[in-house]
Amino acid sequence: MTGTPSRRRHLSALRTPLGVVTALLAITVLVLAVVAPILWTDSAKAVDTDDILAGPSAEHWAGTDNLGRDIVFRTLVATRLSIELALSATLIAVVVGLVLGVAPQLLGRRAGRLVTASINIAVAFPGLLLALFFAVVFGIGATGAVLAIGLAGAPSFARLVQTMVAGVVSLDYVAAARTAGVGRFRILVRHVLPNVAEPLVVNATIGAGGALLAFAGLSFLGLGVQAPAYDWGRLLFDGVSALYVNPGAALVPGLAVLVTGLSFNLFGESIAKAVGVPTQGTALAPRTVVAPRRSTDHAGPATEAPVGGTDDVVLDVRDLEVAFPGADGPVQVVRGVTFAVRRGEAVGIVGESGSGKSLTALAVSQLVDDLGQVDAERLRFLGEDLLTSDTAARRKMLGTSMAMVFQDPMTSFNPTRRIGGQLAEVSRHHHGLDRKQAMARAVDRLGAVRIPAPERRARQYPHEFSGGMRQRAMIGMGIMGSPSLIIADEPTTALDVTVQQQVLDLLAAIRREDDVALVLISHDVTVVGEVCDRVLVMYAGRIVEDLPAADLATAGRHPYTQALVAAVPSMDTALDEPLAVIPGRPVDPADVPPGCAYAARCPLATERCRVEDPPLAGDERGRVACWHAGEPIEPMQLSTTRTDVP
Amino acid sequence: MSELRFEDLTVRYGATTAVDDVSLVVPTGRIVGLVGESGSGKSTMARAAVGLAPVESGRILLDGEPVPLRGHRRPVQMVFQDPFSSLDPRMSIGESVAEPIPRDVRRAARRAEVARLLDLVHIGSARADARPSEMSGGQRQRVALARALAAQPAVVVADEITSALDVSIQGTVLNLVRELQAELGLSILFISHNLAVVRYVASDVAVMHRGRIVEQGPTAQVLATPSHDYTRDLLAAVPGTTRRRSPR
Repeated sequence: MTGTPSRRRHLSALRTPLGVVTALLAITVLVLAVVAPILWTDSAKAVDTDDILAGPSAEHWAGTDNLGRDIVFRTLVATRLSIELALSATLIAVVVGLVLGVAPQLLGRRAGRLVTASINIAVAFPGLLLALFFAVVFGIGATGAVLAIGLAGAPSFARLVQTMVAGVVSLDYVAAARTAGVGRFRILVRHVLPNVAEPLVVNATIGAGGALLAFAGLSFLGLGVQAPAYDWGRLLFDGVSALYVNPGAALVPGLAVLVTGLSFNLFGESIAKAVGVPTQGTALAPRTVVAPRRSTDHAGPATEAPVGGTDDVVLDVRDLEVAFPGADGPVQVVRGVTFAVRRGEAVGIVGESGSGKSLTALAVSQLVDDLGQVDAERLRFLGEDLLTSDTAARRKMLGTSMAMVFQDPMTSFNPTRRIGGQLAEVSRHHHGLDRKQAMARAVDRLGAVRIPAPERRARQYPHEFSGGMRQRAMIGMGIMGSPSLIIADEPTTALDVTVQQQVLDLLAAIRREDDVALVLISHDVTVVGEVCDRVLVMYAGRIVEDLPAADLATAGRHPYTQALVAAVPSMDTALDEPLAVIPGRPVDPADVPPGCAYAARCPLATERCRVEDPPLAGDERGRVACWHAGEPIEPMQLSTTRTDVP
Repeated sequence: MSELRFEDLTVRYGATTAVDDVSLVVPTGRIVGLVGESGSGKSTMARAAVGLAPVESGRILLDGEPVPLRGHRRPVQMVFQDPFSSLDPRMSIGESVAEPIPRDVRRAARRAEVARLLDLVHIGSARADARPSEMSGGQRQRVALARALAAQPAVVVADEITSALDVSIQGTVLNLVRELQAELGLSILFISHNLAVVRYVASDVAVMHRGRIVEQGPTAQVLATPSHDYTRDLLAAVPGTTRRRSPR
């Protein structure tokens, strides 16, 4: 690894064509600003009385002005003053903006509010109007213009600083510093400013381009630089009066303003894009289509087919792979997952974060985001091939037969619409019910998920629901149709234990009543073990064990399954011993080792494990991918050392 | 070593009363668990103890004296729930841990102290220059513990410190909490919604419901013979205690 991540992100800005071009332009302009007056001041001053207001010629490429001076040299020399003025104005805007922006943090609550209010009022005035106002106040001339443009830019910068600072201040590390007794000013300098510096610098760069244009504008109006000094705006002002005699006299300085302004602006934007500072919305990338894998890719299935007949199979997944673009080529996050879910069956998927369990579910429900590449040998839901391209009919089938429940019920609902209406929409859209029927159905379903007073609740907004109730409403939305499969991704992680139990009970009841299949994803083995019939244990994008839930607590054969179970304290964990922990860290999907991915953390690992990846072999008890499946692990080995540093 | 005592504490945010006339004692050298649902006021108790929540009435005493909430000496320290937002991403973990060390400590001594603390939480002093982004959630949480210890606290408040972690990593942090308590004789207020976790680390437990403490006592006793309905609800809801699998 070379360089810090943020430096690498900056450099990646230079890898885009726009970044390179604008960076080169900006540098050229800065170099010109330094060297041009040294090299060409004399040429720019030289008065050629024979050639007054001449057009372009070999001697004067863009002609001459009303004293016969060369336009090109004058434009080049004017670079320094133009840039100086623009940069000083930007500096004023940044400094004043910073001071005003951080003031609310340093001052008390009341004084802070006053500052905030004044900034808000100042932001409401158009910048150019402010500049003109200040230009009149400070008098005509370069100094007045610098102050005018600087102060006019300050409010918007102050607002930006304020918003960013407020965002950082609310984070726990600032609270931690406060409880450590660090003073307000020190917190600002040590914790807040460094964390907002990056976007501020980017925005200042963009601001410099704006200041340059504003300056040209003021000088052009005659409010900026006064003769005999000249900047680009002044040259433009002089050139326009002779536009019909020599257009070059106006065009060349105009071009200089345009190119420099654009290069600053776009350079700032391309850095912003590279470091992820939001400036403006970007167009959506085209939706990736799930592509059927060519069957020649694989000599044979890497894993055993699931046990049991196929006639009552709701979901049939074979050799599913999900990859995302990474720094060094695509990163395989799900690496060949094969499983089936039968009618009414509850299958749990457990694993640590990054094991690929959520992505497996998202891939099945066609919700992997646009960057992800989903690939499979077979992906069938109710006999329908999900690998073919998306059609309206299939969307409808998925919409009515497959229900998703996500971890965060707050973000799953549109906060501005009533719950009942959002549920009813499903039936109006997919089942062709009219508004009244759909609403009646919504109320009925809210009752079915045991929401008290469903008619009144249906008219409420999501924020009026508690977390557990929102999650039940989400499940209610899933059963507006008659789903064959509910996929629940960490549905209770954000909920309190008492509420968690209600949601799990509800899922179990729905399964029983309508023979609905359930895929429950969780990092908590106890939850999965309680609700499911069968459990898939995932590690590093693969299924490492597939076993009946009843066996989970005591009869897991993969060492990882056993470690996961042992790591969770239960109500009868021995109190006098340290908890078992899994040493080391989960595998980085970008760097999966050869052989068994779990070998580095496994107490049973041998040479073979590090070289040869064990296949997921099936028998009557389930499936397991381990060379040492079922071998006993000494308690000493399982409850290993206290450190998880590899 | 010290005793942290909340006396008739009331905290209000606008019209809502987050903590309603609560009294609680964290005795010297003990871990007291505070359980309850979200919104029950348990995190507000923690924040009030370190001056991050406005105290409406009542007192928070450390060995009979009000907890100092100004100046550089802060004998009550807090570890936060989310290890991904509680460490400054721009600072090395060594710098973060060094921050609460009293200012008058010399540079070499500071460095030695940081090394000692990082070793104490099993991160290893060699990793002092690492950035938080290079660490797992469990490792970050242990760094956060080291930072809290750097202030030489008498009492540590741990607010849901394992709930943002994978269960597989949670164990390392819980083991560490128990170990630190045993080695340093710390008094710890350990806040969690997970009864199995509290049972494992805390010798005493208080159950909070709607801003009030509804039951408290030695952990074993409260869990074996709960006297309040809400405690019974909490116990019944621990996953794995009952198997409710549908018949197939």
